[in-house]
Amino acid sequence: MPIKQSDIEKVAQLAHLELADEEIKTFGPQLAEIVNYVEQLNALDTSSVEPAIGGLTPEGEETDSSRADEIKGSLGQRVALEEAPDPASGHFRVPKVL
Amino acid sequence: MSRQSVEFSITAAERLNETLNAFLEIDRDGALKRAAEIEQTGSQGALAGVPIAIKDNICVRGMQASCGSKILGDYHPPYNATVIERLLKAGAVVIGKTNCDEFAMGSSNENSAFGPVRNPWDTTRVSGGSSGGSAAAVAAGIVPVALGSDTGGSVRQPASLCGVLGMKPTYGRNSRYGLVAFASSLDQVGVFAREVEDVARVLGVIAGRDPHDSTTADVPVPDYTASLTGDLKGARLGFPRTLFGQGLDDEVKKAVEAVVDAYRDLGVEIVDIELPHAGYAIAVYYIIATAEASSNLARFDGVRYGFRAEETPELRQMYRRTREEGFGPEVKRRIMLGTYVLSAGYYDAYYRKAQQVRTMIKNDFLDAFRRCDAFITPTSPTPAFAIGEKVDDPLAMYLNDIYTVTANLAGVPGISVPCGLSSNRLPIGFQLVGPYWSEPTLLRLAHAYEQSRPFTDRPPISAS
Repeated sequence: MPIKQSDIEKVAQLAHLELADEEIKTFGPQLAEIVNYVEQLNALDTSSVEPAIGGLTPEGEETDSSRADEIKGSLGQRVALEEAPDPASGHFRVPKVL
Repeated sequence: MSRQSVEFSITAAERLNETLNAFLEIDRDGALKRAAEIEQTGSQGALAGVPIAIKDNICVRGMQASCGSKILGDYHPPYNATVIERLLKAGAVVIGKTNCDEFAMGSSNENSAFGPVRNPWDTTRVSGGSSGGSAAAVAAGIVPVALGSDTGGSVRQPASLCGVLGMKPTYGRNSRYGLVAFASSLDQVGVFAREVEDVARVLGVIAGRDPHDSTTADVPVPDYTASLTGDLKGARLGFPRTLFGQGLDDEVKKAVEAVVDAYRDLGVEIVDIELPHAGYAIAVYYIIATAEASSNLARFDGVRYGFRAEETPELRQMYRRTREEGFGPEVKRRIMLGTYVLSAGYYDAYYRKAQQVRTMIKNDFLDAFRRCDAFITPTSPTPAFAIGEKVDDPLAMYLNDIYTVTANLAGVPGISVPCGLSSNRLPIGFQLVGPYWSEPTLLRLAHAYEQSRPFTDRPPISAS
């Protein structure tokens, strides 16, 4: 499937990237080349193959990851906000939404 | 003693960093203070007083974690990764954070927002990537051991290009808690060292189940150093002949074939094996890894930590501009590709298809391991290439990972071992890959080779 400029623009929008015009121009052919390369997979008949989900080994799949439903400590508000670009009164402040 | 070795490492890191650009942060005061404490308390931990360098995508409290990206820039995580907690408990001293490709995406370290790492063997060449800083720091003798992360070869490939050992354990062998996620079904923390015994020691410390990471498996951690017996009696090494063909540098081919002969001399039985779908691995990898990355990297939105673009009065615009200004070109390219393959109408054609071929690759491995205990390949198709040589051709760059990505897709362990120098004095490495939880076998094989054919050359840029 050839990738058009409008595809690139649509994908950028989905990915929350405001690409510059030059980037759209370079990414277009590069992504098209990569997509063309990965399409070699179509040569394989996979009709009876189960997709692999995640990377777990059989032992990993058998490992019980559940835990008791107990309250435990967390980072806390002060520490959680320490790296925020714009904290305000114990919150993460963001530009207006609407 | 520990203070002396830590002081040596820090001084070497500071002195060589201008040339190598291997470190993004060196913590002289913190590391010396900790070394003094360890000496005072007489810690008997397995790594007491051992200086170690940590890739900058693994969280160490009190130090930065930039992931080689402008979007995290000066981020200081408020907690330690589980692997770091375990290293500290064993007495290790973190001396600094190492340079890497942005969010571990790259095979040359040229995608770091803070400039490429230079190869200690030839500073006009790449260190490999993405854990290039850790590889270069160990190769130059700055530290005896370092941690990196390996999603498609990011520990093994730079280890090969810098002439050191690099091991990626079985998926679920050690915790990813505190490792900044790139592709969660492929990522594993790995170990760099100059001696197999050191790889075994560090792996023994960091491995094991972690309640903070549900993908760690409840499998006992053996004493890896006890597996270094030198006894290879009855061992069978697989030789996938078809992988030694097109695209493989002639000197690398000869060097790795000589390793096969060396193993034969050590009493190992060499078995021909086939990995019929290995040729599809890069295509599968670049669908799965980018799909997972596009999802994992959605968290970088300028709200809770890291960089935020200025003068963006509206929320969506803030997201878009922050990500546009904060991410470098390769990360954007992969987010775009991952978003594309997951988007409506394409999911079945690309993502589901790739997951099916991933199953086929896994099955190839299971079949091969019925006939051998491990198999051998080159780690990288060529020795270190020149800085700038492949930056404009993403697909050519991706093909560097041809020998390493399959182990991540199958979830099995692999180790890169140095096996000599090319005619222009660049390191060559071979890779051993084994079944799930076969780390003791891989270490035993690597150790026996190391003992019989020691790699004693040192690079021109070196701490000692």
